[in-house]
Amino acid sequence: MNEIFENINWANMWEATLETLYMSALAVLATFILGVLLGLVLYMTDKGNMWENQPVHLAAAAIVNIFRSIPFIILIILLVPFTTFIVGTMLGPSAALPALVIGAAPFYARLVEIGLREVNKGVIEAAQSMGANQWHIIFKVLIPESLPALISGITVTAITLVSYTAMAGVIGAGGLGDLAFREGFQRSNSDVTLAATAAILVIVMILQWIGDRIIYRIDKR
Amino acid sequence: MIALEKLSKIFPTSNGDITAVDNIDLTIDEGEIFGVIGYSGAGKSTLIRLLNMLEKPTSGKIIIAEKNMADLQGSSLRKARQEISMIFQHFNLLWSRTVRENIAFPLEIAKLSKKDKNARVDELIDLVGLTGREDAYPAQLSGGQKQRVGIARALANNPKVLLCDEATSALDPKTTDSILELLTDINKKLGLTIVLITHEMHVIRKICNRVAVMENGKIVEEGPVLDVFRQPREEMTKEFVKQITEPEETMEAIRELMKTGDTSPIVKISFLGEDAEQPIMTNLILTCGVSVNILQGKVSKTRDGSYGTLFVQLQGNQEQLNHALSYLKDQQVQTEVMTAHE
Repeated sequence: MNEIFENINWANMWEATLETLYMSALAVLATFILGVLLGLVLYMTDKGNMWENQPVHLAAAAIVNIFRSIPFIILIILLVPFTTFIVGTMLGPSAALPALVIGAAPFYARLVEIGLREVNKGVIEAAQSMGANQWHIIFKVLIPESLPALISGITVTAITLVSYTAMAGVIGAGGLGDLAFREGFQRSNSDVTLAATAAILVIVMILQWIGDRIIYRIDKR
Repeated sequence: MIALEKLSKIFPTSNGDITAVDNIDLTIDEGEIFGVIGYSGAGKSTLIRLLNMLEKPTSGKIIIAEKNMADLQGSSLRKARQEISMIFQHFNLLWSRTVRENIAFPLEIAKLSKKDKNARVDELIDLVGLTGREDAYPAQLSGGQKQRVGIARALANNPKVLLCDEATSALDPKTTDSILELLTDINKKLGLTIVLITHEMHVIRKICNRVAVMENGKIVEEGPVLDVFRQPREEMTKEFVKQITEPEETMEAIRELMKTGDTSPIVKISFLGEDAEQPIMTNLILTCGVSVNILQGKVSKTRDGSYGTLFVQLQGNQEQLNHALSYLKDQQVQTEVMTAHE
């Protein structure tokens, strides 16, 4: 083992893996909350829905589209002043979080909106006919009925976030991407790059497996 | 119980306004089963959705239990809606909830305690005959069972009115009958007022006390079901009545018979309730001396009595035939001599 991966410092590798997991986990959590909120606003303010409001809908859609179209590597650079203001530094795993969330939440918000649109309008109407208010409809109908879509959406987003953390690594956020770039690429240790890639691959596969398991268990359709 | 006054609903579209409900006045009594029949596009669906304000009226009043629904908003509207339940053609159950949880949904909205909620759900499951299926998900149920869940859910908060939006149109004939029986049962047991819309005369015949026929947003005919069956005035109503009294094949068979050049008259005899028990056919044969060839007959049971039609061909000489026709006219039955162009 050590003969093939002669240049690998396993302690560093483990530390980088933990950093990647730390960034991904917090970013997924924040993206989920922000994305669901933004997705709900997109859906609810749309034509024919309960909070129908064209200006708000267009504004939310514009924000989503703008942040979705900025390439992530550029977004990180653009957000440097913002990150320094919020986190206090622009180095280390925590400094990557604002950019990760701002990069992923709009994307996830679109997936949430699509999921909510799939909820049977008849069921919403039935809830209204029973005297449900808007919060009942959001928490008892829209979210539970779209949950498989919300979960599969966050799975896809989480996997995107793992690759974003690798990119964030390039500008000093740490993690497996950082390791692969500095230790692997810059010092021509291709075994390090390979091992970091393998570690990311394992993380992604585990994430997909978890997502699939949850959907399998909750989808009663 | 329910009074509609000059009720109109206009949908503005890019191709001009569509008047779905056109200046309707209608009264529905407490405890009755009232049916609205019409083809799709007649406006019946909009009409029933106006009753619980799923559609807002363009003008007019909807008075239910002394309250004008059109004036209600926010929490007072939601409160009023708990007294006017609805069941749907496609059931509209939450797939993510079990039978029990679906039925509990309106009780959660009404903020019942956990204990009261469970007790009420058990009662309802028993009432609609779903014992043993409590923990199934809608995807595991048949259409009829899904509609039973819909009915239990609708009854949960003891409503005064139950609206049925094509509630049996997605079900097979046998299941339709069992759901109609359940509705009749509930109507008797709970004294609930039921308003249903349908395009099937069979449904009206089976459970309604009164019926309204809708066409182009207007009610063209209205009355007790038996009266409407006996003497439909409008063309539209006649078509619907024919759905159950005259199967397609009858007219075809009669037309075929006429084509053969057989000139013996074919008579359609319609009778009601007790008339059906008089030996009219026997008397016709004995007193008039004609022979009677029965082509087709059908008795339809309605809630308030039966209604039947019989197609016969009379054979004999001209004098006997005239005698027979005048005999029939004197009886308490309606007769109509069929002619070739019909």
